[in-house]
Amino acid sequence: MRVLAISGSLRRDSWNTALLRALAEEAPSGVEVVLWDGLKSIPAYDQDDDGPPGPLDVESLRALVREADAVFFATPEYNSSIPGALKNALDWASRPLSTNAFRSKPVAVISSSAGAFGGVWAAAELRKVLGAMGARVTDVELAVGHAAEKFDDAGHLADDDVRETLRDSLATLLAEVDPVAAAA
Amino acid sequence: MSTITETQAGIPTGTFAADTVHSTLSFEVPYAVATFRGEVPRFEAKLEDGRLTGAAQISSITVKEENLEAHLLSPEFFDADRHPVVSFAGDLERTGETAVRVTGEVTIKGITRPAVLEGTIVGPAVDHFGATRVGLELTTVIDRTAFGMTWNMPLPNGQPALGNDVTLTAHLTLVAQEA
Repeated sequence: MRVLAISGSLRRDSWNTALLRALAEEAPSGVEVVLWDGLKSIPAYDQDDDGPPGPLDVESLRALVREADAVFFATPEYNSSIPGALKNALDWASRPLSTNAFRSKPVAVISSSAGAFGGVWAAAELRKVLGAMGARVTDVELAVGHAAEKFDDAGHLADDDVRETLRDSLATLLAEVDPVAAAA
Repeated sequence: MSTITETQAGIPTGTFAADTVHSTLSFEVPYAVATFRGEVPRFEAKLEDGRLTGAAQISSITVKEENLEAHLLSPEFFDADRHPVVSFAGDLERTGETAVRVTGEVTIKGITRPAVLEGTIVGPAVDHFGATRVGLELTTVIDRTAFGMTWNMPLPNGQPALGNDVTLTAHLTLVAQEA
């Protein structure tokens, strides 16, 4: 099973990207967590450029989402919402709406920030956007506040409680991939 | 003609199947300041000795905007991939000269709830090809949130844009089947 991991942050030492690296470390056997690193190369959305096909990097993202069994997001919070780059990438990915790669795709959203609330409003915004795109938004909730205290100097997640919640979150997401098999 | 007289006070016996060209399954829901309407054109319905059953393919849902259809079929609304069929089963009874009630259960998005349909019956009557037909117009109101459809958006005044009470209406022409 393959889970595409998408960070809303471009920063090299991003805590959200680091959370997704930790998620990959916690993945059970048989589950591959693939971190997408193409966010910066997605151009500003312009319907005139959306072919089909759309720009190469956009088509690459659409294919990665389509081939993944589920998508796991970690987002920072900019001005009470999600980063523009992330929203822009999703706007590309959501076209055309009735057949877009995210339709019925199980997705999970977590967030992290330097402040106490851990980007909880950005996560809510992202769930709203994904729901409107037709994704299957799971009940995963994890807002990692005071992020600087949760990582060691090498940027490695050093908080066992967060690691445990990451494992639980991944299990919740994977259960939505095939709920019949999960219930058996 | 004797058939009409005999069944006027009761419920038609035998098996009748919906002539779907002459039948309509529709819904309406308050949206913003008005009422929004749509149809589910692909369905079948049957009346067998007073037992009314029906099933609709929700993927055929038709509104006047393609993107809205896509939203209605998504997990936020009907989740058509996992729950492709909306169904109903209930028992028909006369409550007046032309008034009828159907007491049964409706299943939407995999959730089954009791539902009472009220409406009218016309016939049975013989049509111009010699087939015996029954007309039923039935309506009920369901709370969409009871079927896992909780999506909403606030209007500028803070009120939710979409109402929770959805009126479902079936205009059915049912044709007697050969025994």
